[in-house]
Amino acid sequence: MGLLSLAIWTPIAFGLILLALGREEQARAVRWLALAGAVISFLVTLPLYAQFDTSTHAMQFVENAAWIDRFNVKYHLGVDGISLWFVLLTAFMTVIVVIAGWEVITRRVNQYMAAFLILSGLMIGVFSALDGLLFYVFFEATLIPMYLIIGIWGGPNKIYAAFKFFLYTLLGSLLMLVALIFLYTKSGGSFDLATWHALRLDSSSQTLLFFAFFAAFAVKVPMWPVHTWLPDVHVEAPTGGSAVLAAIMLKLGAYGFLRFSLPIAPDAAHEWAWLMIALSLTAVVYVGLVAMVQEDMKKLVAYSSVAHMGFVTLGFFIFIDLGMSGGLVQMIAHGFVSGAMFLSIGVLYDRVHSREIASYGGVVNTMPKFAAFSLFFAMANCGLPGTAGFVGEWMVILAAIKFNFWVGFAAATALIFGAAYTLWMFKRVYLGPVVNDDVKNLKDIDAREFLMLALLAAAILWMGVYPKPVTDVMDASVTQLLKHVAISKL
Amino acid sequence: MSQTLSASTLLWVPLAPLVGSVVAGVLGTQFGGNLIGRRACHSITILGILIAFVLSAMTLKSVAMDGARFNETLYTWMVVGGLKMEIGFLVDGLTAMMMCVVTFVSLMVHLYTIGYMEEDKGYNRFFSYISLFTFSMLMLVMSNNMLQLFFGWEAVGLVSYLLIGFWYNKPTAIFANMKAFLVNRVGDFGFILGIGLIAAYAGTLNYTEAFAKSADLATLTLPGTEWMLITVICICLFIGAMGKSAQFPLHVWLPDSMEGPTPISALIHAATMVTAGIFMVARMSPLFELSDTALSFIMVIGAITALFMGFLGIIQNDIKRVVAYSTLSQLGYMTVALGASAYSVAVFHLMTHAFFKALLFLAAGSVIMGCHHNQDIRWMGGLRKYMPITWITFLLGSLALIGTPLFAGFYSKDSIIEAVMDSHLPGAGFAKFAVMAGVFVTAFYSFRMYFLVFHGKERFDQNPDAHHDHHDADHGHHVDHHVPHESPWVVTVPLILLAIPSVLIGYLTIQPMLFGDFFKDSIFVNMQLHPSMKALGEAFHGPAAMAIHGLSTLPFWLAVAGVALSYVFYMLKPEWPAAIKKTFLPVFNLLENKYYLDWFNENILARGARALGTGLWRVGDQTIIDGAVVNGSWKLVAWVSGSVRKVQSGFLYHYALVMILGIFVLMTYFVWLK
Repeated sequence: MGLLSLAIWTPIAFGLILLALGREEQARAVRWLALAGAVISFLVTLPLYAQFDTSTHAMQFVENAAWIDRFNVKYHLGVDGISLWFVLLTAFMTVIVVIAGWEVITRRVNQYMAAFLILSGLMIGVFSALDGLLFYVFFEATLIPMYLIIGIWGGPNKIYAAFKFFLYTLLGSLLMLVALIFLYTKSGGSFDLATWHALRLDSSSQTLLFFAFFAAFAVKVPMWPVHTWLPDVHVEAPTGGSAVLAAIMLKLGAYGFLRFSLPIAPDAAHEWAWLMIALSLTAVVYVGLVAMVQEDMKKLVAYSSVAHMGFVTLGFFIFIDLGMSGGLVQMIAHGFVSGAMFLSIGVLYDRVHSREIASYGGVVNTMPKFAAFSLFFAMANCGLPGTAGFVGEWMVILAAIKFNFWVGFAAATALIFGAAYTLWMFKRVYLGPVVNDDVKNLKDIDAREFLMLALLAAAILWMGVYPKPVTDVMDASVTQLLKHVAISKL
Repeated sequence: MSQTLSASTLLWVPLAPLVGSVVAGVLGTQFGGNLIGRRACHSITILGILIAFVLSAMTLKSVAMDGARFNETLYTWMVVGGLKMEIGFLVDGLTAMMMCVVTFVSLMVHLYTIGYMEEDKGYNRFFSYISLFTFSMLMLVMSNNMLQLFFGWEAVGLVSYLLIGFWYNKPTAIFANMKAFLVNRVGDFGFILGIGLIAAYAGTLNYTEAFAKSADLATLTLPGTEWMLITVICICLFIGAMGKSAQFPLHVWLPDSMEGPTPISALIHAATMVTAGIFMVARMSPLFELSDTALSFIMVIGAITALFMGFLGIIQNDIKRVVAYSTLSQLGYMTVALGASAYSVAVFHLMTHAFFKALLFLAAGSVIMGCHHNQDIRWMGGLRKYMPITWITFLLGSLALIGTPLFAGFYSKDSIIEAVMDSHLPGAGFAKFAVMAGVFVTAFYSFRMYFLVFHGKERFDQNPDAHHDHHDADHGHHVDHHVPHESPWVVTVPLILLAIPSVLIGYLTIQPMLFGDFFKDSIFVNMQLHPSMKALGEAFHGPAAMAIHGLSTLPFWLAVAGVALSYVFYMLKPEWPAAIKKTFLPVFNLLENKYYLDWFNENILARGARALGTGLWRVGDQTIIDGAVVNGSWKLVAWVSGSVRKVQSGFLYHYALVMILGIFVLMTYFVWLK
């Protein structure tokens, strides 16, 4: 079995074992088994980085086997500099959410843990699939565990949220399925991504394909104006679900742009870049303003996610190295930072059972350790240099200025809006005198929570201080993608 | 490059304070479980700063004496698309001087803090923060590129945020720190655009490489406009400086930052951080020299700040706020000097100001301690008897501030005024007036404060709210609340050590700094276009001659007039100010409300942004996207299916009727039409 197969199927296997063996009364053992599964699944991804050759843009760790011969569907896996980090990020975040759900989840523990492990394997599958149909299967399959996570362990309005999530994203991906079948026939019966990348297409098919993929990926990112599912879903999802959703699932959409839209329909991508840039900037400015007035912490961070993901799509559609790498770096950074933000909200929610900003005030008095972490994450969310949050924003802003001063101008407003909504929330929740008995009786984080937050903080700091290893991996692949996209297919 | 400066030595200048900060911050606070005590925390942080100071002094010596220079990369942060982003040091005269100023003032403030924060619960946290600040500031001044500059720039902003909100239970403090961060972010917004333009058009972030391409930049215009690219770059960069160095209209955060403990007001909000903008413009002089428009803009902004912030100092009653407005006004002076292309004079004033303003702030802090945390100068008076060391040092600082000949401030401020007189840029006329009038205003508010605090009737037992004005610091000795007392030696020794350079440093260093070649490689001036420095050099005949000449110039007599007037108002005829206030009530109200800028920012800008956000959310997201489109589409589906469902009524006669009609239609088609 190849390393990628191992990365995909190890967590899924552990998930299935948990489903089969776990009992409610064995919650303790189930948790340890889940943790072991998550850690092992993370460890098996490490050789991917260690053995990765940064000098080539070619797919590495390739596995190619027949799957459905009748339609020439292959079990074709591989990673390049664009996808490698997301495999590792997914496995890493799974460890974090298993720790996060440790004592918090008391109902159907085995199913909860299994859902996350299986989800992790499926998402790694999305990032490593090189066959169109295989990608689609993984892409859609991720909806099922997430749907269950929201629907079973979610908040009071969980059913509405689960449906909104499912239907919103499914509707988008159905158009992608049409696009995949179209490409299958156009390419003479192949689902191979590389073949599709090389396929010559006329202008109108490119435009149709571009928008079909756009429907699937823009919803997932989510780009303005198809972002309204995200705040509702985050609010109802359990903490772990929010963390994975923000940290990884949103990236599936952005990744799709790089793997499908850009290389398959490069001319359409160039033609419609103005629209993508306009939507991205709207996400930054409009959603930044909307985030400022949220009263619910999770909604606020959800809107902040939309604004931050706006930088990702903005970076992609500028078509220069700095922007595209910046978008990718922003994806990874946002994975850590938004995950940390949601987990921090979870820490408070577990104690007070409220997400309303108004329920808090002066938390620093009773939870000094936690407040220190939260401040660090808040600063990362505002893009403070030295944290991961800065790197991607900096690269994209620089790229945008190079592309067009006014685009850079609009993007850089995030410096002000991001600080405004994050610090205003921080002030109202953490600073000031203790406002009520709930806050007065808060207990500071325990060792488990400390570990979880410290791991994320370390990752955020490392990426902010020394991002070179991150960009070095991407460099060759990004350069190649830009070269590919620059050549017309007409 | 000389072998006397090595990367490994220079590295310890910022690292030693960082290590101290991390140890104190992690082990000394609740974060790490209070593993080490107060003594350990202040010892390790002070040791870190001391190492940094000694190394900085040695660096200054090699730079000044042996002409040593250093410009190397430490590590590559990332390389993308041919743009190298690195972390590295550039050490020349400008950097070496800044390093010494930063570490010296920081060392004094660390010592002083032992006394000032003695009774505070956050003692260790405070030491951690100020050491972290020193690290950030050193990274800023030692940088050889704009990435690291931006890192230091934002990092000092972070620490400033942490320290203004140090007493996090005080609502005014946590409002002030958020305000400071956000206003600074507005400046940073401009700053990043400027850096981005340089990166885009010069293809590098390294100072030396970017300056080498400045001539090419000067020929371009911003695509899509007719604006000169270099002007746009310089104005964008300067907007960054306006935020950090608190220039009008981005100055609004600085007076509020006085909510923080006094030692940081001295270190951050007077001596070092707020001068980062001045330093940055001086560092970027090869770019600024290419744009007269930008220089004019800088001069006018600086002149507005110098004069109008000085006016506000006149009516303040909080001792720290008087000093804060004086800082704003002095920063305006430095900015005016930058606009007049007298970068070295601006940096010279930066240095002298760092000493005497840190002194004034720390002395003000000593007064506050002596008065049991009363900050209102109306309830002081006659303190010279009780606090002799504070009194003398405060007087020396004030004399330096108003530009008394032979004192440090005289040399720097007089040089600024002379430089502005020689400037011919648009706006120079206003600047000339502003810096002249500013001298009078400075002397007036400085000595108003001085007389009210140290002379006149003792009023400290009349304070109506003496017992309600306590902040978080839980202070001990409640023996006698009213009688002021001199501060302990850890407080007075830094005052004395700062008083020495406040008096002497100008006399000693004006020759090499302004007219020697100390800044030769650091600062570039186009002497043909901007002849201020040349004229200044021709008129200079040594520091002693300058002081003697100073006695016969207008600024000196303006300062004397300011002091005399304040003496009349606050010593001889204390009833006059009230009468004047009554006569000029509208003017007073304008000043009292700080020109209504805070009102504008809070009610128009902040509220406007929130209203816009609410509107976009309620109307855009909830009504249009979610209401009409998302929920509208399922409602449409529901409606269509609901209508179609009616067909399946379940009644046999409905189906029979439809069948008959169907047969009829089919038969009609087949029989008659075919």
